[in-house]
Amino acid sequence: MGDGVAETVTTTGDAGMARQSRSGKDTLLDARGLTKRFGDILANDRVDLVINRGEIHALLGENGAGKSTLVKMFYGSLEPDGGEILWQGRRVDIGNPAAARDLGIGMVFQHFSLFEALSVVENIALALPNPGRMSELSNRIQSVSRDYGLPLNPGDIVADLPVGIRQRIEIVRCLLQEPQLIIMDEPTSVLTPQEADLLFLTLERLAKEGCAVLYISHRLEEVKRICHHATILRHGQVVRECDPTKETPASLASMMVGADVASVSASAQKPVIGETRLALKNLSAKAATPFATALNNVSLDLRAGEVVAIAGVAGNGQGELFDAISGEMPVAADMVVLDGKPCGNRNITWRRRQNAAFVPEERLGHGAVPGMKLSQNIVLTRHSTGDKLVSAAFLSAANAGKMEQRIKKTYDVRMSHDDPEARSLSGGNLQKFVVGRELDRKPGVLIVNQPTWGVDAGAAALIRQALIDLARSGSAVLVISQDLDEIFEIADRIAVISRGYLSAAEPTDDMNRERVGLLMAGGAEAQGEVA
Amino acid sequence: MRVELVKRKEHSRKMALLSPLIAVGLTAIAAGIIFSISGHNPLSGLYKFFIEPLTQEWSFNATIAKATPLILIACGLSVCYLSNNWNIGAEGQFIVGALFGSALPILMPDFENAATLPLMMVFGVIGGALWALIPAVLKTRFNTNEILTSLMLVYVASLLLDYLVRGPWRDPGGYNFPESAMFSDAATLSTIPGTSLSFAAPITLIVAIVLAVILGKTLKGFEIRVMGESPRAGSFAGFSAKKLTLFSFATAGGLAGLAGTMEVSGALNQLLPTISPGYGFTAIIVAFLGRLNPFGIIVAGFVLALSYIGGEAVQSAMGVSNKIASVIQGLLLFFVLACDTLILYRIRFVGRRGSAGEASHV
Amino acid sequence: MFEAVLLTVITAATPLLIAAIGELVVERSGVLNLGVEGMMIMGAVVGFAVANQTGSGTLGVIAAVAAGMAMSALFGFLVLVLVTNQVATGLALTILGIGFSGLIGEAFIGIPGLKLPDLYIPVLSEIPFFGPVFFQQDALVYISFALVIAVAYFLFRTRLGLVLRSVGDNHGSAHALGYSVIRIRFAAVLFGGACAGLAGAYMSLAYTPQWVENMTAGRGWIALALVVFSSWLPLRVVIGAYLFGAVSVLNLHAQAVELDIPSQLLSSLPYLATILVLVLISANRRLTLVNTPACLGKPFVPDR
Repeated sequence: MGDGVAETVTTTGDAGMARQSRSGKDTLLDARGLTKRFGDILANDRVDLVINRGEIHALLGENGAGKSTLVKMFYGSLEPDGGEILWQGRRVDIGNPAAARDLGIGMVFQHFSLFEALSVVENIALALPNPGRMSELSNRIQSVSRDYGLPLNPGDIVADLPVGIRQRIEIVRCLLQEPQLIIMDEPTSVLTPQEADLLFLTLERLAKEGCAVLYISHRLEEVKRICHHATILRHGQVVRECDPTKETPASLASMMVGADVASVSASAQKPVIGETRLALKNLSAKAATPFATALNNVSLDLRAGEVVAIAGVAGNGQGELFDAISGEMPVAADMVVLDGKPCGNRNITWRRRQNAAFVPEERLGHGAVPGMKLSQNIVLTRHSTGDKLVSAAFLSAANAGKMEQRIKKTYDVRMSHDDPEARSLSGGNLQKFVVGRELDRKPGVLIVNQPTWGVDAGAAALIRQALIDLARSGSAVLVISQDLDEIFEIADRIAVISRGYLSAAEPTDDMNRERVGLLMAGGAEAQGEVA
Repeated sequence: MRVELVKRKEHSRKMALLSPLIAVGLTAIAAGIIFSISGHNPLSGLYKFFIEPLTQEWSFNATIAKATPLILIACGLSVCYLSNNWNIGAEGQFIVGALFGSALPILMPDFENAATLPLMMVFGVIGGALWALIPAVLKTRFNTNEILTSLMLVYVASLLLDYLVRGPWRDPGGYNFPESAMFSDAATLSTIPGTSLSFAAPITLIVAIVLAVILGKTLKGFEIRVMGESPRAGSFAGFSAKKLTLFSFATAGGLAGLAGTMEVSGALNQLLPTISPGYGFTAIIVAFLGRLNPFGIIVAGFVLALSYIGGEAVQSAMGVSNKIASVIQGLLLFFVLACDTLILYRIRFVGRRGSAGEASHV
Repeated sequence: MFEAVLLTVITAATPLLIAAIGELVVERSGVLNLGVEGMMIMGAVVGFAVANQTGSGTLGVIAAVAAGMAMSALFGFLVLVLVTNQVATGLALTILGIGFSGLIGEAFIGIPGLKLPDLYIPVLSEIPFFGPVFFQQDALVYISFALVIAVAYFLFRTRLGLVLRSVGDNHGSAHALGYSVIRIRFAAVLFGGACAGLAGAYMSLAYTPQWVENMTAGRGWIALALVVFSSWLPLRVVIGAYLFGAVSVLNLHAQAVELDIPSQLLSSLPYLATILVLVLISANRRLTLVNTPACLGKPFVPDR
């Protein structure tokens, strides 16, 4: 490997030119020809990137484009196979995260690197080389966090804190290291729009103070709004650099995908609303574990023909709501009513026989068994729904195989060889399979939790279109999602979940982001308590 | 040099077959080293231990007699381990099964007819299953760790056996020896006509085949495997983890109890303070070496039974302690577990940092 | 009389305490080593053999610690480097330890052993009642208490202890912050092995100064249960160990007062008590879930 520096090749002339002109005396980090290989896959292929002081630099790309791999090399968690990193003009070998922090590189992780059982101050101490006495560190945390408008209570145990505060801990932890470059991986995916606005203020202040920010996001609106420069990765290579303020979200998206992105629209075809197929009536459930969320008086009517979306920040009871509707968490009988039949105390198989279908958030380990073949994973949800997969307790491998072929073809599930284990599929393909497995039944009621989380744009568009098509054919579809873009794209009505309370579902046309944001931030709760 | 694991995209079928063979090979090498350390020719030691018992009829039959309970218990344990229920108390379930089975000939010695033996076996199954259900119920009701409770019950079962053969069940005409009266003919599991093999062997074979069909071809088998690999996905499929815990423990306990009853009615013909040379623990090794597959377990049962017979053989022929058998059994389980890593991972030996190009793959 | 009972309780509790405090550190780092029994019995036989050959109890204790560590290193290599199933590997360690100890110990059966001397702490040992009970013990009893205090201090007052707890709580995050999860866990596993070896030495050099096959008789497993009982808090291990010590000497004292209870029932009390305690502790779901190290028993493979 070791291609060396001299051979640095840029894939497009533009990018090469850009690098030449961008690196200068203000250059903080200059990566040249970074290459990283995982087995047969080239995750990063001779990537060049220049980050200047005081710049908010967007790193864009689809899932699997190599963004995480690249920043992990900057943060010392991964070792490059080729190329070099210059930090303030000096060639450096970042062997581990501690070395990165010594240089002045901090990172805010997408799935936080926090310890739930430990306190805020212990969490922060773990990332500092010389944390000193805990009491002094607590004072520093309080003053720095107040100074940046991100107040924290150092003694709190992380497990008790909501997601927004957890991100605050990560940011304050970075700030205490007095970094010159902060890497942020999808920071707003867990925030309400209002919380995100606050974050942007912090970032702008940091940039003014001379700190650089490498900002990974797939929310192109916000990239356009706050970033000064953008580098776009595709299949591990830098394909473009641009000034995002001069682009539109659509143009940025097509750079990422390499083609125009098909957009989906629920409003293209007006729904014909039928009778109620799923009713939740004052659905309440206590938290099963100290880490779970209780559900409080959740009510919702889901009618034939429509797509209803439930928005909300992660960890506000979405998983619990899904489990209560699917039957994995039993509740009182009349709290869940399927086609007029009370079934809150019935199991998931009974509900499937009532023609309901479910797609959970976690594909691997909940929706599918990782080490089993796709044909076996079909049996998982369809063994008792009259699909001839089981006769007299014996399984029919032949029928399962036929069904696997059908789903693979209809929903464009791509695989390296026939009938592989679920774990070998990419996120997008596995999601197409898991959704396809349920759509194949033509369910009367479909409940989907995070239908396109971590899925590439092409697969996401296909899945969203399939959900709308199902609704328009007379079924009722409930989508639980954290992605507001997705929700506004496909929903006929929108409800918001916050701390286990659900707001009333209102027509999408009457909703906007600000209102959804307010409901996410506790408005839904207030509404629920009044009701 | 450091060892790195590279995850395979899918399970390696080739390695699934090869890994037990590699493990047996490595164990043989380790055993050879132990023989030479203790001052014996490693090759003749290995021959006496692993090969010679198979060449003579009596020792071959003795191997089958030892393999039978091991296979039967391991079949039950495979249901537990496949479904992620850690029953390590089969030794206790074996003992309690034997006690239940023996209750009939000891308490009602005059009840001698064709129903005696079948009834004893049914009692044995019930006894073993009930004993196994204790940790299972505690797990499902109170979330108690089944590993520790099932093991604790082994000690309790041994003490219970000890109490009975020294106390109420002691043979009144037995000169105060700690043993029960000998069983009548009706309570004795006979040998297959024309051979010196007990009927326990064919019964075990049938159980293994039935279990193989259940595991491989039925929805129940599917449920067991799904629950073991991914309990969350299993509950999404509509399977109940609690019911399966009860089912798997009852199955394992029942089979261990059957093995216990057949051992006392077939091989020993009475109750003694010790009725098992650790079958319940050795069966754990059998289950893993057999890759939790009934046919694999049959082969593995022979390998482990051989270690008992081989241990006796090297003791009498070479003066090596027969304790070497349990060392070899322990090493075998270690190697089996280590080799199973190859099924899901490739192993890379990396020279120095940064010279990944020189890595060699296994 | 009461003094004599208390003395036997201390002797019975000490091996449990030492083995459990070691396993507590291992589990705090997120590793479940079910091989305590196997490491302990190896400690017992090696400690006895070396003390017997050299005539030195100290050398015996050191050798026992080394034997426990060697066993735990084997376990550590399998579960940490080869990522084998921790439950099965711990079981294998126990089976191997019992086998090996039987082989090594065969030559020492029936040979009278060497008992570690009691150390009289000046002045304190002369206090009536308290003196003989607490300050006229052998060195390992004092060490057992020193270990508990040291472990409590280490876990909750030092940076390295914080790192160890963080690895047990979330190995992914600890790895992302740059801590070497495998190295830290390996060190914890070795410490657990050393403690189990020491506990074994106590069995064969102090508790009953002789070698008897399987002489640990499930104490390693009870130590594992004690860790659950303590909800992973060091000081509570002391309470548990002494409680179990008291239960296990009942047999001895019941015979002295000639109670008409089968001795087997009394012998089985520690095992039955273990089950009872586990049920009582585990039934409180909230307590166990909050305190259990979140990564306990879970495999960790770093991405590279």
